[in-house]
Amino acid sequence: MSDLVRLTATEIAGKVTSGEVSAVEVTQAHLDRIGEVDGRVHAFLHVDADGALAAARAVDAKRAAGQPLGPLAGVPLAMKDVVVTEGLPTTAGSKILQGWVPPFDATITRRIKDAGVVILGKTNMDEFAMGSSTENSAYGPSHNPWDLDRIPGGSSGGSSAAVAAFEAPLAIGTDTGGSIRQPAAVTGIVGHKPTYGGVSRYGLIAFSSSLDQAGPFGRTVLDTALLHEVIGGYDPADSTSIPQPVPPVAAAARAGAGSDLAGLRVGVVRDLGGEGYQAGVLAAFDDAVATLRKLGAEIVEVSCPHFQYALPAYYLIAPSECSSNLARFDSVRYGLRVGDDGVNALEDVMSLTREAGFGAEVKRRIMIGSYALSSGYYDAYYGQAQKVRTLISRDFAAAFDQADVLVSPTSPFVAFPIGERIADPMAMYINDLCTLPASLAGTPALSVPCGLSENLPVGLQIMAPALADDRCYRVGAAFEAAVEPLSIPEVAK
Amino acid sequence: MSTATLAFEDVIARYEPVIGLETHVELGTVSKMFCGCPTTFGAEPNTQTCPVCLGLPGSLPVANAKAIESTIRIGLALNCSIASWCRFARKNYFYPDMPKNFQTSQYDEPLCVEGYLDVAVGESTVRVGIERVHLEEDTGKNTHVGTSGRIHGADYSLVDYNRAGIPLVEIVTKPVPGTGALAPEVARAYVAELREILRTLGVSDVRMEQGSLRCDVNTSLSPAGSRRWGTRTETKNVNSLRSVERAVRSEMVRQAAVLDGGDRVIQETRHFSETTGDTRPGRSKEEATDYRYFPEPDLVPLAPDPSWVEQLRRELPELPAARRARLQESLGVSAEDMVQMSNAGVVDLVGETVDAGAPVGEARNWWLGYLAQRANEREAEPGDLAIAPAQVARLVALVAEGSLTTALARQAVDAVLETGQDVDAVIAERGLRVVSDTGALERAADDAIAANPGVADKVRGGKTAAVGPLVGAVMKATRGQADAAAVRAILLRRLGVEG
Amino acid sequence: MSRGLRGHVGHRTPLGGLARPKSGGQAPVDSEGVSDPTASAAGRISREEVAHLARLARLAVSEDELDLFAGQLDVILGAVARVGEVAAADIPPTSHAVPLTNVLRNDELSPCLPREAVLSGAPAVEDGKFRVPRILTEEA
Repeated sequence: MSDLVRLTATEIAGKVTSGEVSAVEVTQAHLDRIGEVDGRVHAFLHVDADGALAAARAVDAKRAAGQPLGPLAGVPLAMKDVVVTEGLPTTAGSKILQGWVPPFDATITRRIKDAGVVILGKTNMDEFAMGSSTENSAYGPSHNPWDLDRIPGGSSGGSSAAVAAFEAPLAIGTDTGGSIRQPAAVTGIVGHKPTYGGVSRYGLIAFSSSLDQAGPFGRTVLDTALLHEVIGGYDPADSTSIPQPVPPVAAAARAGAGSDLAGLRVGVVRDLGGEGYQAGVLAAFDDAVATLRKLGAEIVEVSCPHFQYALPAYYLIAPSECSSNLARFDSVRYGLRVGDDGVNALEDVMSLTREAGFGAEVKRRIMIGSYALSSGYYDAYYGQAQKVRTLISRDFAAAFDQADVLVSPTSPFVAFPIGERIADPMAMYINDLCTLPASLAGTPALSVPCGLSENLPVGLQIMAPALADDRCYRVGAAFEAAVEPLSIPEVAK
Repeated sequence: MSTATLAFEDVIARYEPVIGLETHVELGTVSKMFCGCPTTFGAEPNTQTCPVCLGLPGSLPVANAKAIESTIRIGLALNCSIASWCRFARKNYFYPDMPKNFQTSQYDEPLCVEGYLDVAVGESTVRVGIERVHLEEDTGKNTHVGTSGRIHGADYSLVDYNRAGIPLVEIVTKPVPGTGALAPEVARAYVAELREILRTLGVSDVRMEQGSLRCDVNTSLSPAGSRRWGTRTETKNVNSLRSVERAVRSEMVRQAAVLDGGDRVIQETRHFSETTGDTRPGRSKEEATDYRYFPEPDLVPLAPDPSWVEQLRRELPELPAARRARLQESLGVSAEDMVQMSNAGVVDLVGETVDAGAPVGEARNWWLGYLAQRANEREAEPGDLAIAPAQVARLVALVAEGSLTTALARQAVDAVLETGQDVDAVIAERGLRVVSDTGALERAADDAIAANPGVADKVRGGKTAAVGPLVGAVMKATRGQADAAAVRAILLRRLGVEG
Repeated sequence: MSRGLRGHVGHRTPLGGLARPKSGGQAPVDSEGVSDPTASAAGRISREEVAHLARLARLAVSEDELDLFAGQLDVILGAVARVGEVAAADIPPTSHAVPLTNVLRNDELSPCLPREAVLSGAPAVEDGKFRVPRILTEEA
């Protein structure tokens, strides 16, 4: 393994900008690393070596021409396969999109390219981002670099595994109910779900439109913040994009790393912990709270009584929206077509295609959503879930009156063995217990490593009010600076 | 099922119709409802599409401000209340002309509600209640390939998404009872008046033949004197004013026959056939459609500023009814004439022709007569003809002063339409003028008499009405440039008969 | 144009959910005639209902899957029905996490995709159009 892949994104960008290394060297080192390790990790669905090297050459040429480079120019990145990339296959982890090559770029793809960040390829994920383990990928699961028999989290598990295995210093994930934060937690890296509307959704293959949000992964808080600044900000192509500048997250990360947390009120959410949480996770979380106190933060306990309804509300809203969003996969314009034998009518071909092209979890959610939106059921299910959403936002508002940030474990568990929960949907769903409230309220949340339990990483979730993403980063960076870095995962030793 | 055809009078004697109309209007915006693709009709298939209107994975909609504005203006013109807050909703169902397999529409929160439109039919005025005016997106277009050319029996179908995503306003009336025998005409007059309003607002080109104005007609019958409304049918694809009237009439007759036979009318969708003039049932679905509406999460709510709505209200143009009243007054024409001119879409053209100096009767005759005919032949609206009201007025003046006959003026119209040149230019170029050289006409008359001795004898014998062929011969000889009345007089004089 | 709509950002509490008819006869009705689909604890969804949902969602699920999904959906629906425990009669629903209104674009053209790109991913194409098998149902 080349030393170049051990560097942080910040360090790589510095060396590329100073000319100490070329972007092509950095990119090649990461492509080599992928070649060396991805057979075991299976983080990538598609590696674009030619495209990556071309992008790297462009950065080097720009530098040679004396043009200014962005803060992440020449840094390689792993892109979750739910984000469309012009000319690069995009499947969202589904068979139904096998072979589809989008004719356009997502807004964040465009911004990443414009920033000179080098896209190495597309990463594995639970099909259409539905899952917490990547086991729902039509292309087989990814493996946790800390223990290859365990899940790397999900749905953005390919991205988290790639970063944790040093295949890429940065990655893009998307988070609908925890799909950035939980994979970050269980692979020992940093991941942030931005404020809803803070990062454009244009070009994200929609799972649940009112919840989906793309966000950054990195091995450090600062790297994560720098990537956030590249992808964030207003986009007129997304009607739900907030017309305001990106919060100053990189400055917050830098400030946080060098200072204590005196005067900061940290709320421990009483309702996110206790029964159902692994003891090792709770112990690591308690240590994390102690560290925050040591940094000068005032620790307060807050109560969010409606958070217990986040899981049922989420598993109504997300399936309802997905049942509509995934209707477009019908064999007419793109993607798979099954059963077109000249005899079957279109209606049958559509049904056969969707049956063959979607995995079990996707079908389950489509049917749950179709049920929840049906006339006669709407008020009791979807309508009621949206009211619960309001109550959860009110709980947050009350909690943020008492505290500047809220903290909880990111996930109730450490990475579990592949296969352990796949047959039991509800056992899988409770992975999202801690991450769902911020998803439903549209508020930002960061997961930062906070130690190991049974030699597996545990994540600390730091939640802030809408548009105060910088607070997550400030606290995350202060915490990161105050604790020992995690050891190196098994696959990278 | 009864195949006997009832007389319409018999239907009316025993049943009372209730009608309702759902009209879809494609707005004439430059770009589509949720993306920047053009809305031009007739482009090559799938050349006016982008990730958004193709529903490609990842694409997102952004609503067209002009379409919202146009919808509100339509609502205001139809005396509706404008919502202070409303949302788009997704209507979920699978159909291959819908790129996302849901239609972005409005459900229980339309932009405009509770309005009305007064419709003149003959001497009476009927107030048609407007239930709602809402905004949605159009679908693409399917072509069915096979010997039938229709969906039934087709081998396969082809889909073009150029139309997908064009802003579509749906205007839904309340049920209209109590119109009796006038029901078909009320339906037609409502659509005609609505079309005129939309044209006046400038929000749509309202071309029924191109599908930018489409009607679904609901019809039900209840036994005369009964208070209960009957089961309604919804007739789709009624795409001309004449068809609206025919569809209501034929559906009334059909339903009456069903009821007379002791059967029940089935609530169903039917399709109108332009060729046969009747309706046939659509294929019924296996199970009732459940559209699973929910608020569109990709679009944020609309909250039109009340002061802006008031400004739009103030800035509405003079609406057709008011304009007709004013023009009727200033032109001094009958209400019936006004309705006729309005239905033909020539009220403004007549008005402008009068403003340019033509007598109202002449202006009316030109626009309802020869010019309407020319437009019809071209499948165009009179207003689209390449001749301006001022040019028509000039022709009227030339006829009045005797420089042109009506026949010559028509030739001039054709030349103007053909070349786009001015009236005086085509007259000069083609030598269009009345032959007033009496000597030349007399020579032509003598030639005609000599060539048609039989006819000449009849006329000499007192049958003056038989002179027609001789007049025709003279007109032909002078290439239409003579005044027919003058020719007739000359012929009769030379045949020794007084006219 | 549309001065009143452009750039107007403000929060407005949603005015209640989508009211919809309770007809359709699928929801259990209690003795007072009030529809409460979440009332029963088990047997929430039948095999036939799953088959209906599958048709609605255009999923040609197999007989085995029907059994599997019926059981799983029953458990999931039992769990998510907990949202009904919250007394929320006077609580406005949240349909959008961001309090934005009137996000609109001007009526201007932007580039279309080239037709080759439009059709490039299609399973079947003819005459510049998407080719599909014969359609059974008429347009809605």
